[in-house]
Amino acid sequence: MTVADQPILTAYGVVKTFGGLRAVDVDKLEIQRNKITALIGPNGAGKTTFFNLLTGFDQVDSGEITFDGAVITGTAPHRLAAKGMVRTFQLTKALAKLSTIENMKLGALDQRGEKFWAALFPSSWTKQEQAIEARADAILQRFNLTGMRDEYAGTMSGGQRKLLEMARALMTDPRLVMLDEPMAGVNPALAQSLLELIKLLPGEGRTVIFVEHNMDVVQEIADWVIVMAEGRIIAQGTPTEVKSNKTVIDAYLGAHHGEDLSQVDLA
Amino acid sequence: MDWGFILERSFSAMIGPEVVVYALAAVGLNVHFGYTGLMNFGQVGFMAAGAYGVGVSVFWLGWNFWVGIVFAFVYAGVLALLLGLPTLRLRADYLSLVTIAASETIRLLARSRVMQPITGGVEGVNQFAGPFYDLSPFELGKFYSFGPFKYLGRDVWVLLVGWTLLIMITLMVRQVMRSPWGRTLRAIREDEDAARALGKNVYFYKMQSLMFGGMIGAVAGVLQVIQKSSVQADTFNPVITFTIWTILIIGGPGRVWSPIVGASIYWTLIVFVENTLRQLPPGLRATLEDSIQLSDFNIAMLRFILVGGGLLLLARFRPQGIFGSREEMALDRR
Repeated sequence: MTVADQPILTAYGVVKTFGGLRAVDVDKLEIQRNKITALIGPNGAGKTTFFNLLTGFDQVDSGEITFDGAVITGTAPHRLAAKGMVRTFQLTKALAKLSTIENMKLGALDQRGEKFWAALFPSSWTKQEQAIEARADAILQRFNLTGMRDEYAGTMSGGQRKLLEMARALMTDPRLVMLDEPMAGVNPALAQSLLELIKLLPGEGRTVIFVEHNMDVVQEIADWVIVMAEGRIIAQGTPTEVKSNKTVIDAYLGAHHGEDLSQVDLA
Repeated sequence: MDWGFILERSFSAMIGPEVVVYALAAVGLNVHFGYTGLMNFGQVGFMAAGAYGVGVSVFWLGWNFWVGIVFAFVYAGVLALLLGLPTLRLRADYLSLVTIAASETIRLLARSRVMQPITGGVEGVNQFAGPFYDLSPFELGKFYSFGPFKYLGRDVWVLLVGWTLLIMITLMVRQVMRSPWGRTLRAIREDEDAARALGKNVYFYKMQSLMFGGMIGAVAGVLQVIQKSSVQADTFNPVITFTIWTILIIGGPGRVWSPIVGASIYWTLIVFVENTLRQLPPGLRATLEDSIQLSDFNIAMLRFILVGGGLLLLARFRPQGIFGSREEMALDRR
């Protein structure tokens, strides 16, 4: 098997419980490289918890997670970012009192000026800072945010914040981009451009995993769909396969949707 | 009423030793709270660490004064490390609890009978600042006047050294806060998880911030006890911490010059109100003494009440402080 065929991210036997609730119980998950994978499921299915486990923001009770062939179970989130795995959040985390360009520059890894002693001597980092700024401006351009460059991120609309968060994530030059509900609260016009931007990522050698509710969005951009319900993976396949899967429809709409309730044997 | 005297005192307070000491402590707190969002309610503990660091090492251990000063900074840094280790991984409130408890522990321990052989107990430590004053180009006991300002020679020397340090440290803070290091601190203040997701070791940065600001607090403590020529445990009570917070809020947190301007406004007001109350015309004074018991002791209390009233007005009409931006303030409410 060549590297290209190996899954970039795997999770085996991953369990997370909160008190008596088994929030996540995933036997096997394998994410294909340079593809867009959607993680869908009804509310409370454990998608975000699973996301937090994969990105190191929460710890598994048992199980093993690997990224690019290396075990990453229990690794701190900032180390994962350094390894090439970046995430965004369901509730957008634009850093309100930093300007848009500052938000962007923050995303760059291995900055010399981020060391305290180096900070005192700008000559040791200004050149790198300029390179980072140029890269940030290029990405802002692509995300159509150049107009907001020097404004506080806190003045952006909800949709722009989603764009900024994704743009900022790209500043880490990730191989795996994990987007938690990137379309939530984004107006349809902006959502379309966000989708186009996501579609470009596999071509740049980046794998995308995203959590989503909207099946239309999933149909449009996902190569592969994983369906979760009650903490488990109940189905996976191409968008078309999943759409017609009875288990999935039942999980989303209830087993008896569309039936006359008086005729249903609820026992 | 002797307005000339009141104004002379007020002007001298404007850039006096208290301003330098409190501004330095507030620069440290600004690093913690203004830039990193750390809720340190024990800044006075770092001042005490600096004060006892130099006082005890020189007076009791017989160390060279300058070595004692270096020790004071190292000691404050170690204190910050010890306080940060268990708390900086937890939610913000834990740091507040631990810092306020630690600052009181330091004070109570220093004044306790058990520690008397080392800290001098309630009597404290003195006779350690000689080498500092030996270098003074001014006559220690003589009064010097510069325009409306008037100080004893020893204070002129303290002020010269103190302001130099204060300006240098403020410029240093400005420099590091403009760097990527400072940007990361501000990002942590806004949202720790976002910084973490972008590969920043949040715990490490918060620790650096706590140590840096704590050591600046120690500079304030060292300067204070040099000026007083004695270390007294009870001068390091929690009220000092809250005064430092007041000063930072007057100036506006997260702004480079806020600590200096905040401290200057605070002390000018306090001294102006106190001296005005003491200088009231005899008739009015007698009436006030009878009606609201305006004794000398109560004047000391009343000045805090009046300054508190001023703060309320500030909070109502300029909540962002002198230097803060209303625009940034508005972002918090979105």
